[in-house]
Parts: sequence; C-alpha cells; structure tokens
Amino acid sequence: MELSRRKLLALGASSIALMGLGTSVAFASKADEAIAEFTAGAAVSEGALELTAPEIAENGNTVPIEVNAPGAVSVTVLADGNPVPNVATFNFGKLNASRSASTRIRLSKTQNVIAIAKMEDGSFQMAKANVKVTIGGCGG
Amino acid sequence: MASGVKPRVKVPKKASAGDVITIKTLISHKMESGQRKDGDGNVIPRSIINRFVADFNGENVIDVTLEPAISTNPYFQFDATVPETGEFHFTWYDDDGDVYETKKKITVS
Repeated sequence: MELSRRKLLALGASSIALMGLGTSVAFASKADEAIAEFTAGAAVSEGALELTAPEIAENGNTVPIEVNAPGAVSVTVLADGNPVPNVATFNFGKLNASRSASTRIRLSKTQNVIAIAKMEDGSFQMAKANVKVTIGGCGG
Repeated sequence: MASGVKPRVKVPKKASAGDVITIKTLISHKMESGQRKDGDGNVIPRSIINRFVADFNGENVIDVTLEPAISTNPYFQFDATVPETGEFHFTWYDDDGDVYETKKKITVS
C-alpha cells in the first residue's frame, strides 16, 4: 500500500517535470529558430555586445532597450516569450561610428530579451537580459 | 493608416567636422501588431511601419527592420558622424505602401 502510493507520487512528480520541460523547450525553439535564421547556423559567442534593458518593466507596451555593439555590422533583437520572437534588426551604415541604437519594444510577459550582433569579421556575439513584466503588452 | 502620421526628428543644427552627434526620431503610428482582437473576437489586421532608414548625403547611417514587437509611436535614438555640411534624410516605410519622409540640415564648421 505504502509502496504503491510512493510510486504514484513519483510518477506524478516526474510527469509534472516532463510537462514543464516540454513547454520550455517549445518556447526556446521558436527563438532558437530565429537565431539560426540570423546566424545561418554559425556559432554564437558572448562578448563585446552590450544590451541594456530594465530589470523590471511595469508596462510591457513600452520597454526601453539599447544595444551597443562596437564593430558590428548588424544587430538583431529577439524576445523569446513573445508570440513572434523577432523584435527588430539594426543594420549600421558607415556613418554610425558607435554602432549603438535604442528603441522601445513590446513584451508580452516576463522573458529574456536577446541581442545578436554580426561582427565585421563574420562572427556572431550574443547578449541576454531578463526583463520582468508587470503588465503584458500584447492586448487581448 | 495614412492619417495622423507625423515624423519628428531631433538633429543638432551645428557640429564640428568629424563630430559624433546623437539623433532622436519618433513617428506617430499605432503599430497594430496583428495579435490583438476587437470586441467581437476578430483579429485586428497587422498595420505597422516595417522599415526605417536614415541617410546623410546619400551615405547610410542606420537601416532598421521593424517587427510588430516595436512599440506604438516607434522611437529610435542613434549616433552619426558628420564629415561635412549636409542633410539627413529619414524615411519610414508603412505596411500599406505609404512612405513618410523628413529631412534635416546640419551645418558643419
């Protein structure tokens, strides 16, 4: 009797863990697909790219972010918890010396904002920031 | 959405040659994401500005691809190097085919 209850509990716990795993994998894959599309499968390292985002955003409709990527050709910004992870892609021209830009974005819920920079030598760099969102910015 | 779109740009009037200046741009646009629903549960179709370009004397400064996750009234701040006197040319491209443009002159001494 006691053994079977224990088994039952273990079974329940493992299935909950599995469910959790399943959803997190599903979310990650959407953003990962977008990353793969931008990098064309190349390796991404963490480096000189700087991503500035607030730790807590009260209103998900306007979250100020800034990217600072010296030596980058273009930077793409993704939000891994949004219905569509792509946020924006900045292509820097010759006259943009500092390779930085800031804008305001929408976040549907608490999630990671990811910036990936394509550098002049063809390598890719990534920066991540977790933003806690109080009121989501996707409407209903 | 062709009504009430008004671009606003802040560029310093003067600079020294080779200076890095900061430019701020804002355009009033509702940026309908295509995710929202109206009172009857119908999806409101997407209507956003999908591209923003800033040029100086024909040379590109920044070219941004916008997705629905950009907030209402898209705002951009970025730096530019000004080698000579000239004109900044800002262009926004709307989903419905409209193009909004504005120009700003800068004197370099």
